Amino acid sequence: MTARAVLATAPGPGGRTVLATMRSAPPITLRRTGPGQVYLVATAAGPLGGDDLALDIDVAPGTALDVRSVASTLVLPGPRPGSAPEESSMTITARIGAGASLRFAPEPTVLAAGCRHRMTVRLELAPDARVLWREEIVFGRYGEAPGRCRTRFDAVVGGRPLLRQEFTVGDPAIDASPAVYGDARCVGGTLITGPPGTAGSGSLLAGEAVIGDGWAVLPLAGPGVLVSALAPDAAGLRRRLERGETAALPR
Amino acid sequence: MSAPSLNAALLLLADSRLPAGGHGHSGGAEAAIAAGAVRDLPTLAAFLRGRLATSGLVAACLAASACALAASSAGSGTAGDPAGAPPGGWAELDAEAGARTASPAQREASRVQGRLLLRTARRIWPSPVLDGLARAVPEGAHHPVALGAAAGVAGCAPGEAALAAAYAAVTGPATAAVRLLGLDPVAVHRLLADLAPDLERAASTGSGAAASPASVPPPRTAASVWAELPAHSAPALDLLAERHLRAGLRLFVS
Repeated sequence: MTARAVLATAPGPGGRTVLATMRSAPPITLRRTGPGQVYLVATAAGPLGGDDLALDIDVAPGTALDVRSVASTLVLPGPRPGSAPEESSMTITARIGAGASLRFAPEPTVLAAGCRHRMTVRLELAPDARVLWREEIVFGRYGEAPGRCRTRFDAVVGGRPLLRQEFTVGDPAIDASPAVYGDARCVGGTLITGPPGTAGSGSLLAGEAVIGDGWAVLPLAGPGVLVSALAPDAAGLRRRLERGETAALPR
Repeated sequence: MSAPSLNAALLLLADSRLPAGGHGHSGGAEAAIAAGAVRDLPTLAAFLRGRLATSGLVAACLAASACALAASSAGSGTAGDPAGAPPGGWAELDAEAGARTASPAQREASRVQGRLLLRTARRIWPSPVLDGLARAVPEGAHHPVALGAAAGVAGCAPGEAALAAAYAAVTGPATAAVRLLGLDPVAVHRLLADLAPDLERAASTGSGAAASPASVPPPRTAASVWAELPAHSAPALDLLAERHLRAGLRLFVS
């Protein structure tokens, strides 16, 4: 299945945000649930091997968008048993304009046994754009060894690279390395950007890293911080990321 | 690539006796040992394998790119950008290294080692190319960038620079573990020998990555010609590096 969903905001009357484009492409279905708030609803199983899915997000200057999902995404192997598993892919591209803000915090991606998945995220931010982008990956359902997954995350602010990260999951020799994931079964990160002291949800912490049990707030070389966390299970991962997010955005 | 030639400078650059301060860094090994995650030969082997597959591979690709840039800027006299291409000078390559290092403790360790290495290399292999790197990145170039630039000036090929970077990514932690855990140094060198095929793969990935900007030009809008270089991250190393910085008693800087 090949699908490309599109979501774009525009400035509305009275400084409000309107959704100028909201084009669902099953299995990615978009539902507006409030002003500037959209839920991603999966209207089919998967992604399955062979699926090529994309979501394009354009947050116009001065507007605000909040994207969530109703349930976690379960990545499954392709529908052809016996043959070599085909790769599935999910590509998200987001442009966040000057003075715009985007909160993207869907439920986790769970890698079922036998899957072969590729996740690509490309963010292009204006220098004063405010972003909170959370990503959570769970290595298999309960008691299950994960399939293979490669992720690539690129965030560029005003044409300069802010954060580039790749994760590879599914190679037992690397997954269990104490340098990579150790004994964790979930990995996640939240990128938070924005000019210090102006974010509506608190002011972005600048300066030193903050560390907790299995999480850290890492100030990046550019204008932003990464909350990074490892955990034994999905609920623990969310707790650790939220702790880090709170530490990064003190009220 | 041209016919392989033997380059003794590669040995000088990779040697832990090069007076560039590398011995003071454990690459996260000391923190992993303090946390109990590395405690014997098997856990050290897993640590080294994971480090090489992530930050080691990224360092190899950055070093190869720096080596190629050093060679091309020595040829043209400048590290200028061809018209129509995304920017590709020392500052941009160093920024690509920074964007691939989320942990500020690791960025600092990388810059400290890069600065020392560049200072040493400028005295051993004086070159306007290295002077140019020092000018373009006054806060101190990231270690793989400095290593690759020095390798380029010393006449190494990008694949050799990548090999030196990948080698440094595992030998530092291995040596630190010998000292901290009292492991048998021969057994630890056996682990390093087992990693030789992985080191060679990382070097070949690095030399391929350094060659690709020329063959597949990235879009003009890309942040730099190196935007697509590998960026494998190791979240456990990030957490360990920050924890280490706050540890009371430590033998190694990082």
